[in-house]
Amino acid sequence: MTILAIDDLRVHFDRRRTRLHAVRGVSLEVAAAECVGIVGESGSGKTQMFMAAMGLLAPGAEAAGSVRFEGTELLGAKAAALNRVRGSRLAMVFQDPMTSLTPHLTVGSQLSEVLVTHAGVSWPSAESGALRMLERVRVPEARRRLRQYPHELSGGLRQRVMIGMALLCDPALLIADEPTTALDVTVQSQVMDLLRSMRREIGMAVVLISHDLGVVAGLADRIVVMYAGRIVESGTAGDILERALHPYTAALLQCVPNLHGPRLHRMPSLPGQPPDPGTDAPGCAFAPRCAHVTQRCKAERPSLQIGPSAHAVACHYPLPA
Amino acid sequence: MTALHRLTANRAAVCAFAIVFLVTALAFLGPLCNPNDIETLDWAHVAAAPGRIGAHWFGTDRLGRDLYARTLEGIRVSLAVGLVASAISLVVGIAYGAVAGYLGGRADQFMMRFIEVLSGLPLIFFIIFLTVVFGRSPYLLFLAIGAVGWLTMARIVRGQTLSIRQREFIEAAVASGAGPARIIVRHVVPNLLGPVIVYATLTVPQIILFESFLSFLGLGVQEPHASLGTLIAEGAGEMESAPWILLVPGGFLACLLLCLNILGDGLRDALDVGGEI
Repeated sequence: MTILAIDDLRVHFDRRRTRLHAVRGVSLEVAAAECVGIVGESGSGKTQMFMAAMGLLAPGAEAAGSVRFEGTELLGAKAAALNRVRGSRLAMVFQDPMTSLTPHLTVGSQLSEVLVTHAGVSWPSAESGALRMLERVRVPEARRRLRQYPHELSGGLRQRVMIGMALLCDPALLIADEPTTALDVTVQSQVMDLLRSMRREIGMAVVLISHDLGVVAGLADRIVVMYAGRIVESGTAGDILERALHPYTAALLQCVPNLHGPRLHRMPSLPGQPPDPGTDAPGCAFAPRCAHVTQRCKAERPSLQIGPSAHAVACHYPLPA
Repeated sequence: MTALHRLTANRAAVCAFAIVFLVTALAFLGPLCNPNDIETLDWAHVAAAPGRIGAHWFGTDRLGRDLYARTLEGIRVSLAVGLVASAISLVVGIAYGAVAGYLGGRADQFMMRFIEVLSGLPLIFFIIFLTVVFGRSPYLLFLAIGAVGWLTMARIVRGQTLSIRQREFIEAAVASGAGPARIIVRHVVPNLLGPVIVYATLTVPQIILFESFLSFLGLGVQEPHASLGTLIAEGAGEMESAPWILLVPGGFLACLLLCLNILGDGLRDALDVGGEI
């Protein structure tokens, strides 16, 4: 069953002279209890896509297309209608736990606020709900933490609190926007473990946004690779990680450091820059950086072709699987 | 170091606070140890200098009224006007500025143009108009001064709100489904308190001074009640023959204003909002 259906979503920002295209027509479905990883570099539109869904676009941004969540259209919905969904059925965890908690409110009161808003419970009973949630996300000494302010907690703990806050109302879909990027590597894996076990416990769908294929690989059932505001490849985790068809995906995979491979003197990197979001060249957006580029790539934009087993790629000359 | 530590480490601010506290205590407790009231005329001792007559500690004015009692009354009235009018401007200014700043866009434009129109009105005319229509009363004075004082407060609050609105915890609060009212009250306004407290502390002396100015012009507190401004106005007339009638209330006013300003500066340094006001 599909719970989130994004259809031909476009997001653009109007600057004084130019129009910046962040998302250029993306269609994506997320099924219940599924984990979809969204991978791409900075500026590929992966975050803006879900900001549009949450109604969190910056002023000046416009979204077109359709985002339906559990049958309700979210694009252009009134704030009051969005607020019934946001934080309860549809929750989000942000990249930086250091700045995403309100500094002057205790952890307990911030968690309670979500329950008071959505579950309509009283503050005292919300507080006991907050305590149970802190214990579920494995915050040590939860009772003491409830009375503490965000600055008294470490980054990893704060991200646990953020995750707990997102899960308070048992959401159907959790959007995790680079949940580990701001954390130490050791803490990263703990947070990913937590996400994995909470997903099992609640049975929710997860959209995991990351620039790091390695992070996504451990959790996602399905991976969607984005480049310059479009999906360039999507498929099961196995398809993407082992049988990448798009040269961009292949290049990304080469950039994941491997402990067991031969020692390299330089980390592999992808030369060049993603295209300017203000331009709209006719060909494949990846053409200027692609090793296999031809005349056709520069003239004609490849569309997303769904092959066997729903492994889709937008490339004229997909790599041999 | 917390803000309180920084404030108590500032010797000037601590002294200023002590003096403000002592003067306030004197204003409220002082009448207990001196039997004179503010309106009894002592015809035997008109314009007596301080210390000459045992019962009149600060001397008497040209009608023979006790200057000690009148000065203390003046301090009470001036402090009350300063505090109440600041409180009004604080409440109205925070509410208005936070809403304008948080909503942004057209609502913000409209609300700020409204403030600009109001601040373009000549204040003195406005107050003369009010006193003519409603008669002179201290409550009117509170309202009139508060009604004008909130304009600057609203501007400061709006500016702060604009920058807080960009912070990620506001985005996170929106994402958790909190409505604008709850976000403004719980997540925005408490973050404004630093600059707001500082500005409010600096507003109190401004308002006291303004009230004195109005009273000096005869628009303020009515006889036999006194504020520091009316006392100074009276004293100015007798400056050559009986300078103490001017110097006693004038000295208290100057001292209060200086100390409140030093205290405000100290709070600004302690709360570390120096660049923002």
